[in-house]
Amino acid sequence: MTTLQSNLLENHTPSGREEAWRFTPLKRLGGMHDGSATPELRNSLATKNPLKDGVTFTHQDVIAVTESDDAIVQRIRAFTNSGALLTIPANTEVAEPIFLNRTSMSTKSAEFSRVQIKAGNHCKATVIIENTGDTHLAEDLEIIVEPGAHLTLISLQEWGSETIHAGRHHAIVDRDATFTSIVVTVGGDLVRLLPTVDFIAPGASCDLSGVYFATAGQFFEHRMFVDHKVANAKSRVNYKGALAGDKAHTVWIGDVFIRAAAEGTDTYELNRNLLLSDGARADSVPNLEIETGEIVGAGHASTTGRFDDEQLFYLMSRGINMEDARRLVVRGFFNEIIAEIGNEEIQNRLMDRIDSELAKAAK
Amino acid sequence: MSTLEIRGLKVSVETEQGSVEILKGVDLTIKSGETHAIMGPNGSGKSTLAYSIAGHPKYTITDGTVTLDGKDVLEMTVDERAKAGLFLAMQYPVEVPGVSVSNFLRTAATALRGEAPKLREWVGEMKAAMESLKMDSAFATRNVNEGFSGGEKKRHEIMQLELLKPKFAILDETDSGLDVDALRVVSEGVVRAKEANNHGIILITHYTRILKYIKPDFVHVFANGRIVEEGGPELADKLEADGYAEYVKA
Repeated sequence: MTTLQSNLLENHTPSGREEAWRFTPLKRLGGMHDGSATPELRNSLATKNPLKDGVTFTHQDVIAVTESDDAIVQRIRAFTNSGALLTIPANTEVAEPIFLNRTSMSTKSAEFSRVQIKAGNHCKATVIIENTGDTHLAEDLEIIVEPGAHLTLISLQEWGSETIHAGRHHAIVDRDATFTSIVVTVGGDLVRLLPTVDFIAPGASCDLSGVYFATAGQFFEHRMFVDHKVANAKSRVNYKGALAGDKAHTVWIGDVFIRAAAEGTDTYELNRNLLLSDGARADSVPNLEIETGEIVGAGHASTTGRFDDEQLFYLMSRGINMEDARRLVVRGFFNEIIAEIGNEEIQNRLMDRIDSELAKAAK
Repeated sequence: MSTLEIRGLKVSVETEQGSVEILKGVDLTIKSGETHAIMGPNGSGKSTLAYSIAGHPKYTITDGTVTLDGKDVLEMTVDERAKAGLFLAMQYPVEVPGVSVSNFLRTAATALRGEAPKLREWVGEMKAAMESLKMDSAFATRNVNEGFSGGEKKRHEIMQLELLKPKFAILDETDSGLDVDALRVVSEGVVRAKEANNHGIILITHYTRILKYIKPDFVHVFANGRIVEEGGPELADKLEADGYAEYVKA
């Protein structure tokens, strides 16, 4: 077993000593990991707008297409076969984004939710999942990207402050298909997401980006795993985080595994963190394991820094006050990824949220 | 008519070897409409003077005063100094990733004017400033100083000078790194801004070539942290011929 495989989640109730759980405050998981949560089938995921272009969304039994050794995913699957299935037909370009949201919330019990998104051969579509409100959610999301398909999944965690959300977002990307993922986490008490990718045929590519902003007491963990098990696949990972306030804690793990068969792999992953106050902690761990030298490129970078005094001085020397200068710098920091969402209403809403998180932290 | 008055200014920076005094007592008075060239060898403290007036946190004022129309500049925060009418065109303008030039300039103009400029008028103002500095219109959508060439950075600084209309402009080695054409365009921008606003200029430079375009009323030779000689434009001609050797020795 390689180091990276052992980084995957252990096949038992986590104790916190496992590599995959060592950063996570298990006591704040609402018992989703150890069986003490009250699981509930809420079928809360719903489409926000009428579906077009042959796209279907149904609540039905789903059959898992991948195994997972994640303790929470295993508990979800043991609890129910029932889930939600979004299907995008083959050879279809869906013009408008498909919006999904959660319509029922509770923090008294935990929603155990199974979801599959199937993007048919050579389709092109954008799916936006808007998570708002306060709930406890354990999520098993599988994304099947068939040959030649281009799927963009935008996952927005704009939760309220009581939310506990643990989710695995696992994409299986087939020949010449492209999976683009943008994850935004700006709310919740504890959010732990596993954006993972399996390349199953050559020519596949993924672009995983994300932003997170944790303020006092919040814990946000994003744990990537990109499995290059076939030749000529390309992966890009770019996550940016900001932290402000006492005991704000973020974790970013970027595991990339280039197996012996994965010749021609091209991968680069990047994580940048902006520490905006004392008392916050950003963990950032890129892991790259390479079993073949016949690759195009493999690299990673991780930085954690504070406000750049020179940037603030430059802005303030033009009359911009400290508060506005900080806001400009933070907006600019996140803009590279937020602008990729391609929806002005959402982008403005997220930037406003980031402004208010920053203002909250400054008090 | 405004007056910027620098009296007995002493400035130190902290280094690993302890505190080092860079400015050792600078006296200088500039009035609206005047252009003062400050010339001197590298390392003489010219840029320190510029950044100290603008309020860069790296520099510690140990003695002396800086006043603008009698108001204590050294008591002001960096943004307050800009609001009081000071502008520093930097030698090495800073990149601000993800912040567009248009957003940055509108935010600055809003701060300095006390209200947001009307959008239509502002777009016109920006367009005119960019055209006169021979900048492509796509410039406004680029991120502040990110990937700018040396010439683009300096045009951007002078564009700000034209838009933000200060009472006093400090130009720190604005000529460095510019080819002949860019130097002319940038210099014309400075002259145009001065004709429009009648601000005072402190022109910091190592070389005399920019003085062909921007005519100084006064020339001050700076060496070893203080002004060592003062005169009119003819002093620049002498420096052109003889260099700084005699001042450095002293």
